[in-house]
Amino acid sequence: MVEVGVTLDPLVITILEPLIKSIVVVVALLTAYAYMTLAERYVVAKIQSRFGPNRVGRVGPIAVLQPVADAIKTIFKEDFIPAQADKIVYVIAPGIAVGTALLAWAVIPFNPPVTMAGYTITFQVADVNIAVLYLLAIGSLGVYGIVLGGWGANNKYSLLGGLRSTAQMVSYEVSLGLALVGVLMISGTLNLVKIVEQQSFWWFVFFQPLGFIIYCICAVAETNRLPFDLPEAETELVAGYHTEYTSLKFALFYMAEYINMLTVSAIAATMFLGGYQGPFGLLPGVHWLILKIAVFIFIFMWMRATLPRFRYDQLMRFGWKVLLPLALANVFVTAVLLVLLGK
Amino acid sequence: MDSIVFYLFAFITVVAAVGMVTLRNPVHSALSLAVVFVSLAALYVLLSAPFIAAAQVMIYAGAILILFVFVIMLLSPGVDRGVGALKWQRWFATVFGVALVVELALVLTTAVLPATRGSFTPERLAEIGDVQAVGALLFTDFLLPFEIMSLLLLVAMVGVIVLAKKRG
Repeated sequence: MVEVGVTLDPLVITILEPLIKSIVVVVALLTAYAYMTLAERYVVAKIQSRFGPNRVGRVGPIAVLQPVADAIKTIFKEDFIPAQADKIVYVIAPGIAVGTALLAWAVIPFNPPVTMAGYTITFQVADVNIAVLYLLAIGSLGVYGIVLGGWGANNKYSLLGGLRSTAQMVSYEVSLGLALVGVLMISGTLNLVKIVEQQSFWWFVFFQPLGFIIYCICAVAETNRLPFDLPEAETELVAGYHTEYTSLKFALFYMAEYINMLTVSAIAATMFLGGYQGPFGLLPGVHWLILKIAVFIFIFMWMRATLPRFRYDQLMRFGWKVLLPLALANVFVTAVLLVLLGK
Repeated sequence: MDSIVFYLFAFITVVAAVGMVTLRNPVHSALSLAVVFVSLAALYVLLSAPFIAAAQVMIYAGAILILFVFVIMLLSPGVDRGVGALKWQRWFATVFGVALVVELALVLTTAVLPATRGSFTPERLAEIGDVQAVGALLFTDFLLPFEIMSLLLLVAMVGVIVLAKKRG
């Protein structure tokens, strides 16, 4: 910006810079979404001894143009709205789902700041002091997309899916938040940049192993992926909350699910695994963050291909009677240890 | 810049609040209320209280209102057509509503709002951090009310469980 030799109005910079960053992040996320669908088909196919997509635009063994073909196909499907649906709610629900999924990425730091020609570029859209709370707040809004989608379609299966998702996401959100509290107590800040900087050598997962495990379980539940995909359980609810959705609106729900997977993986990587920091301080940079997220995404796909679904009562009992007490105990033990060690 | 953002979100808040009261469908009302909460949070950010803003969205929009929506969907009361309202409710509501507006107008036009600044100016908050400021106050000056509140919530929770268990 500055190296062009044009001095820009500070107001223009304060608006322009986040705008450019947002566009870059959103484009990157949507591309990642497109290729995650492809990667998932390959991973699941491999695990289940199938071939996976092998027709469209092949480069070597990989059908690189498959997501493009999928997108074109989706666009040309009939955009169907049930006659008895609540039109406004039905239409805005997928938008809320994708919007909240994308908003979370505003505070994730991707790379250490770089100074170029006297101008320091930070690689995150907004550096806010309450970043962790912001993530939790945005995450708690995400459930609206699913609930309203389930209700707006005016279909019994959709409604059941929507109700299940409310109960499930609200229940697991509590343990998820508490799992992150352990990290906050050690770091003493809600600022994600500072949290990442403190992990330059020792990642917080070494101090918070239980918190990390609880977070990972809750994260899977929050994204409604197997073994926690009760809101869309095909065998009992047709397709759950998105039963009546077709064409691009269905694609938006699909997109929201995949971006949420990326989001929870990015939060896990940032809070517990040092974000852009390498192991033992090796070459910090965005490549480590991408690698860590990719590992999480692979585990998500692996679980989808191998695990059966929870029963609803098992899900609730596990959330409230196992995870929540464990998360509380984790916070308590962390607090005692911090006081004893005089930190 | 700040005032543009303020008027934008103030406008959204008021419109959504009116919608919350006037819309016939309870789910639409709940949605408007969610919009009110989120745009109120934006106003809190303008007042350099991002912690309150995040807490507002997380607790009100993310937890309490979601439970409202849950209950509304479970009971599915349908669209309110005005039946079941008390006979004289409309007249009473009009009288008291007008009285309240007149009262508010009188107060706002005659009373002088105190212009003294508190000790937590935006500069000071930027220095110590607003989460730290709220946290420190909660566990020092306002410890007693804070603990009483948590006790009250606990009692309410136990009470709900006792009442719910009785029937089964």
